[in-house]
Amino acid sequence: MSLDTQLPLSDGAVSRTAPAEEPGTQMQRWAGHIPGELGIWIFILGDMCLYGALFGAFLYDRGADVDLFNRSAGSLHPTFGAINTMLLLTSSILVVYGVRSVRDGLSRRGPLLFRAAFACGLGFVVVKYLEYSDLLRNDLPPTENAFFTYYYVLTGIHLTHLLAGLCILAFLLRISRKAQIGPKDLRASESAASFWHVVDLLWVVLFPLLYLVR
Amino acid sequence: MTALPALIRTPATPVWFLLVVSTAVSWWLGADHGLDDHQAATVLVMTVAFMKTSFIGAYFMELRHAPLPLKLGFQAWCVVVCVAVLLIYLVRG
Repeated sequence: MSLDTQLPLSDGAVSRTAPAEEPGTQMQRWAGHIPGELGIWIFILGDMCLYGALFGAFLYDRGADVDLFNRSAGSLHPTFGAINTMLLLTSSILVVYGVRSVRDGLSRRGPLLFRAAFACGLGFVVVKYLEYSDLLRNDLPPTENAFFTYYYVLTGIHLTHLLAGLCILAFLLRISRKAQIGPKDLRASESAASFWHVVDLLWVVLFPLLYLVR
Repeated sequence: MTALPALIRTPATPVWFLLVVSTAVSWWLGADHGLDDHQAATVLVMTVAFMKTSFIGAYFMELRHAPLPLKLGFQAWCVVVCVAVLLIYLVRG
């Protein structure tokens, strides 16, 4: 496999036009590597634990009135949820490619990839807007019942994460435009990408939990 | 500009494909087309969802190459939350 990779420059920056390196060497370099800052991982794991508790609370309360939760879930459109899952998965792989592009100097496609990932994220917001509008048009506000309270709270917190993630993608886009990428830029890119992936990861569970559980 | 295939030549690419296909299958199962047994369909769909989170961590978030405590912490979340969610679902109905 022929890969172009980074070479450190005298000031700690990396060249985007470095020659190929043996894949094995690269694997050794990344063994034991924390993607991004340790702090972002404390935040991510804490966030995941909070969401884990909310998943459990949702199912626990569902047990109090299974029929109500099933009827309410039946008024959602799984197609919206599935499209949003596809959009976030696709944005995630584009971010993976974008970070590879920034890190390894594989190409100058980073800005294009991050723009495409951003577009997928915006697509998610549009679908969510359509879905909320549809529910409110059908008189299904957060106060309708316990299911819809959970639905709006869980998807609302997730949407807040996603909007923060879009700002972070804009930051990634800015880094990817730099002529020279320094070690701090690489670390910041990995931290930002990890946050975006957790937005994807949480939705991957929220979709079946809210739309498909019966 | 380097050819695009070099950029996508990573294990994350087939993982993305697998995640998209499994999402489509879950959607189909959950839309009352797959299994008559709703409980079995739910257990299957939720288990697949947590397997997907494990793959996202390992391949998209690059935890495959992370230090063991971080890798284990993340994978432990996937397993513990999956088991807890399924137990609550099965016990509470």
